[in-house]
Amino acid sequence: FRFVLCTSGDSVKVYSTRTEEWLHSLQGHTNQVTGIALNRANHLQVYSCSADGTVKLWDFIDGILIKTFIIGYPLFAIYVSEKHDGIVFLHIAMDTDSKNECFQLVAVHLPKSAEQEVEAKELSAVSSRISPNPSCTAFGREGQYIAFARHLQLNVYFFRKQKTYSFSLKATDKKGAKNAFTCIACHPADDCIATGHEDGKIRLWRNFIHTKEYTYSTQHWHHNAVNTLCFTPEGTNLLSGGIESVLVQWQYGAGNRKEFLPRLGGSILHVSTSSDGQLFCTSHSDNKITVIESSFKVCGVIQGLVKGDAVLTDLMIDPRSKALVLNGKPGHLQFYSLMRDKHLYNLDIVQQEYIYEAGLDQFEVVKAAFDINGYWLATVEERGQKSSDLEFVLKLWAYDERTQSFVLNTTITAAHTDRIISMCFSSSEETTMLVTTAEDGQFKAWCQGADADTQQDQSFWSCEFVGSYHNLKPTNCSFSADSSLLAVNFQEVITIWSPDTWELLTTLCQPPGVVRDLCFGRLSCSKYLIATTTRNLLCCWNLLTCALEWSTSVEVSKLQPDPLSENVAAFSYQSKHTDLFVFKPSEPRPLFTHKNMCSEKIHRAVFVPREEPLNNCDESSQWLNRSQLYFLTQNMDLLTFSTATEEDRMLSSSKRLVIDDSVAVTPFYLLLGKHRQQQQKLNTPSHPAADKPQQPQGSVTITELLHTPAHVLPAASVLCSMLVSSLLISNTGVRKDPLREMESSEQEMNSEKEEEHSEEEMEACDSQQELRAQGSVDEVTPKLSKAQERELKRIRKTDFSWMTGLIDSKP
Amino acid sequence: MAVARMDGSVEVFHCSDRFFQEKIIPGREQCGIEGLSWVGERLFSAGLNGGITEYDLTNQKAKYTIDAYGGPIWAIAGNQQGTHLAVGCEDGTVKLFEVNEDSIQFERNLDRQKSRIVSLSWHPSGSKIAAGMMDMIQVFNIETGHSLHRMLADRGVGTSRSKECVVWSVVYLSDGTIITGDSVGMVKLWDDQTGTLIKSHNVTKCDVLALSVSQNEDSLVAGTSEGIVVQFQFVSMVLEKDDKEWVRTRTFRNHTHDIRAVAEITTAVVSGGMDAQLVVRPLLDKIEERSAASALRKIHFPHRRLVSCARKSGLMLFQYPGHLELWRLGESEGKGSSLFVKRNPEKLLHLKVKGEDHIRCSAVSPCGEWIVYSTASTLRLYRLHCDNNNISITKISKLPKVLSSASQLCFSSDSSHLFSASAQSSVHLVSISQSGCKFVGTLKPKSGERTIGFLAIHLLAASEDGKWVASANSDHEVHIYNLQTRKAHCTVPVYSSAVTAMGIHPATNCVFMMHADQQMFEYSIEQKQYTDWSRTVQRKGLHRLWVERDTPCLNVMFSPQNPSHVILHDMYMLCIIDQSLVRQTRIQKAFSLIFLILVDLCIYIYIYIYIYICLLFQLPAPIKQKKFAT
Repeated sequence: FRFVLCTSGDSVKVYSTRTEEWLHSLQGHTNQVTGIALNRANHLQVYSCSADGTVKLWDFIDGILIKTFIIGYPLFAIYVSEKHDGIVFLHIAMDTDSKNECFQLVAVHLPKSAEQEVEAKELSAVSSRISPNPSCTAFGREGQYIAFARHLQLNVYFFRKQKTYSFSLKATDKKGAKNAFTCIACHPADDCIATGHEDGKIRLWRNFIHTKEYTYSTQHWHHNAVNTLCFTPEGTNLLSGGIESVLVQWQYGAGNRKEFLPRLGGSILHVSTSSDGQLFCTSHSDNKITVIESSFKVCGVIQGLVKGDAVLTDLMIDPRSKALVLNGKPGHLQFYSLMRDKHLYNLDIVQQEYIYEAGLDQFEVVKAAFDINGYWLATVEERGQKSSDLEFVLKLWAYDERTQSFVLNTTITAAHTDRIISMCFSSSEETTMLVTTAEDGQFKAWCQGADADTQQDQSFWSCEFVGSYHNLKPTNCSFSADSSLLAVNFQEVITIWSPDTWELLTTLCQPPGVVRDLCFGRLSCSKYLIATTTRNLLCCWNLLTCALEWSTSVEVSKLQPDPLSENVAAFSYQSKHTDLFVFKPSEPRPLFTHKNMCSEKIHRAVFVPREEPLNNCDESSQWLNRSQLYFLTQNMDLLTFSTATEEDRMLSSSKRLVIDDSVAVTPFYLLLGKHRQQQQKLNTPSHPAADKPQQPQGSVTITELLHTPAHVLPAASVLCSMLVSSLLISNTGVRKDPLREMESSEQEMNSEKEEEHSEEEMEACDSQQELRAQGSVDEVTPKLSKAQERELKRIRKTDFSWMTGLIDSKP
Repeated sequence: MAVARMDGSVEVFHCSDRFFQEKIIPGREQCGIEGLSWVGERLFSAGLNGGITEYDLTNQKAKYTIDAYGGPIWAIAGNQQGTHLAVGCEDGTVKLFEVNEDSIQFERNLDRQKSRIVSLSWHPSGSKIAAGMMDMIQVFNIETGHSLHRMLADRGVGTSRSKECVVWSVVYLSDGTIITGDSVGMVKLWDDQTGTLIKSHNVTKCDVLALSVSQNEDSLVAGTSEGIVVQFQFVSMVLEKDDKEWVRTRTFRNHTHDIRAVAEITTAVVSGGMDAQLVVRPLLDKIEERSAASALRKIHFPHRRLVSCARKSGLMLFQYPGHLELWRLGESEGKGSSLFVKRNPEKLLHLKVKGEDHIRCSAVSPCGEWIVYSTASTLRLYRLHCDNNNISITKISKLPKVLSSASQLCFSSDSSHLFSASAQSSVHLVSISQSGCKFVGTLKPKSGERTIGFLAIHLLAASEDGKWVASANSDHEVHIYNLQTRKAHCTVPVYSSAVTAMGIHPATNCVFMMHADQQMFEYSIEQKQYTDWSRTVQRKGLHRLWVERDTPCLNVMFSPQNPSHVILHDMYMLCIIDQSLVRQTRIQKAFSLIFLILVDLCIYIYIYIYIYICLLFQLPAPIKQKKFAT
């Protein structure tokens, strides 16, 4: 009951329920993992099924793949029952149906053999024509029957009698009920089936061995479809969840007595209980898992990248925390750390209660922009996109050092007379200026200025300049790298303004075709202005000559410049797939081309600066050296490009995981093993990728000391010297490496909580690396003498100086 | 099924004949009925006036009333053996009455309690009886008359703590389980061996007013003051095993106000309450075959004509329980799609009934000169003088003795004769004129081989030419009498369903009959056989939509313009049946019905709806509840 498992892409992630930390993932499937089910015979094992046609059995505590069963068809859900040992039930698509709308339930006998990979051939169909929704199938008491529903029909199949009973409901009645089944749960001890329905009703079916005298009782609390139902292991309660994001606990047998746990976040998709009934777990549509105690108290939240209905804002990087910023919870901006793949926090922009109901028109954050220092954040929230009366608010947020978060500075309710299309901050360090363009044909420049009326030292934002051009509609605006120029495009025309004097310098025009996207080049290419048009044209102007440098015919859906290099990435959507081109504005040839990257249109992308630049010699991946490109597909999948060395590293770490079980991992061993590992690391500096988490060394030891139970710690004298020595080493390391110093100071800036988290991950990483150390150290010595310690310290010092010399010489 | 209303009237519905309201026994002033009980075929009621009444169902009137001498009676229950009747009184006594051949006799009191007895239920063996009281339930041994168990019902929490808990309803099952419904909103199950609570279900926040268990004790329904009916079923928790439990299953929401009475009749749940409607909710799992007879049925209105019309003078007589109203129809000018009202309808007369009895039937003569009504005990005939705006009535005294009471009244088309249906299925014929009225004769059916008395007549129809009169009784018999010979002419073959409306065609002298199962027949009086049209209709069958209507037809009229048009109406619609169409076009199934609203006739329906809406306005507000909590 200490672990929560959830499927995530092609792996199964294991989380701890106590600390909510990601422990490890079970990787091995080659396609989407579609279902997991605990092995009833061994509670430490879990089955997973995938669309790649295999069922894998895992030891989820250690993350070991035990067996692979090859079924051969794409699998869509998996169920196991206590009674049927060695049999799993799977959803597969009907062969006859090409649209994948028809599914059948098959029982697969898993052959018992010692081999790793077994082909399971014994398939027997239990039922055809079942619902594609996996929650519409459930096993009844002791696996005696299976209940599955499809549309308006509930079927109960008894294994012993081999008989199916069917019950159907009317599609609708006079009161407008929608009776389609959405989910099913069976009582563990009684013969009672709970079904959830599209209109929010929950029916409890009994007596279902009679085709006529069956009976059901109806409960109605949810106002929308019930997404999930789950009985507690003892059967005393029934849990249900839906779009309202309220977990409802119905007391079984006590009519309408119920408890609520509201405001859990996104709509509830799944509920499951631990086998002792102590913990409940809900998964939400916004990529979140909530761990709930049986006393109906939330005790943990596991949050991934918050998935809203749509990402309306651009992908942005918070210059301070280097976190990815985009739409999160409704009305919020989320800050997501890409380094650690962890959700940091949500910033409430709208500051209104969100109502979880479909079809309501509520405020949404549609635009957001950071200034270059990360000190200012501008947001636009909008309501009434569908109706005619549009409401929107421009808000400016200042970063507060004290509270380490953004604080609302200025709210501008009528910034423009029509909706704001785009906005950007000036890129110079000295003055911060915000430019907004709107559908009313104007662009406005906003500046921070002290308000004369209020005698406070706080300064608020006010409009400085209103510009327009022939009453055309502006769409995009962009500042040049040094903020000396502002480019605003008015349909076909690009106008260049000087922000100092607000003088129209020049206009650039390349008809036909309305300009869709524009950006300035960076660094050495800052004299170039690149624009894309709706007529499939990518143009590059030289601003010194005000002439078109080059243009090429390519349909570009997104243009993204890299702030740390000259590179510009262009996503082109043609004939139902997206191609990526990376080029420098100075030359019309692409540096890198990736054809047929994905089948969806890409509208959001961002370059994320790396913490330390890679030095990749590979021609094709050099553009990724300074920053990484992330992009978001329409399915809300965040994808990135990685280099070959990174892949190698990931692969090797996962391999190491597998052979992990031969060594007993005690905290004591961890403590001592780390020193060996560090030693090892320093001896092999040619493998720089391995020490990815660059952490101040001392604090690891301290937290480990604090977290390890006292009775397993070595003697205090040993610890003391180790502590001192580790502190010494980290200091020297920091002093000598300026780059690392910057990082460590950055990390210290992070909140305490985050630091804790990173320590945890560090531990996980350590356990992997100590195995590598195993090869060099023959036997594990429980204690180290002071002489040995000193020796270690010496080696370390010398090594470090040598390595930093190497790094310095590298560029 | 017998249903008692708040005004003291008792109605008898035929469960297998589409819940047709066969008998109506009018009530009296100040006579609220609190309980009804069948003992065999006999029906008893008890009320707050302290009396127990037995009804004569043949003649549709109260037979006798016996005072129980225990103050107001709150509950009455007969045992299954049919030997005893128990009543629960205000003074805290349960009184046992022995049921004799033709009356009941007081036997003894059970142990007297401190508080009033609100509900009673016999154990099916007849040896024990459970009584619901204030705050407690008592179980009595019938042999000794002593209390066996005393079970305390919990009061509500919070503010209702101070209010005592009324055990409104109690049901005693054969396995010894006692089920109670109380004012706290709980349905509780008790064990009568130990006197302990087995299980309690919180059904509602307000009162559970009525409980009823099915014949085989596997289903229980509870009616609450929120207007919902909750069903409990005795089902096995683990399939194919015998450990059964009572589980709350379905909820029926058909009422707007308190439900005062429920009955589980195995194939359906019948509930009635303060909103004056009777709802028959079929239990589809118990019905072998789904048909029109097994549809949800709401009975709002009596299945009787309460309005009579003086066609020639444009007067309408409305019958209320305690008074009559006479209205003159408005006039309109011109013809066309929209008619302008020239003169509004006006109320001419408000005639209150003498005495405590309620009106049983009434009629106005076609000429508009005579008004007659009858209560259970008296019949009164009035003559109406109407010169312009002065309206006066005079009571006709010296009525013939046979006109002491009538179950149905009807005037001949020329207003010269009054037909009065009396006991023994006979019709008295009285001639009325300016000078007075004179008994002419009695029309009796051919007794034939029948030895048991005939049932009361509920429908009368006179022919336009004054030759024939037809009567229908609750035995589904239709007798036709020749007025010239004053003899029974013939009897229409008895059909399985009750006659709800009938009329004699003015031109062809055919009796047109509508039955409760929506079938229609036309019987030629002269030829003493069904007409060709009727046979054709029966052969081809009626359209499904027609048969599935849930209210019986209340009136049959014939269009004066087009003799082949028959006008029918029920509570919700008017329809015209064109008899010529069926004969000519051979439509297989779709029986051609032309639905048409006639402005003049519409008034019937308006009046019924008006009465119903008035009734709804008089009702207290239903229990307030929040639909959506915040």
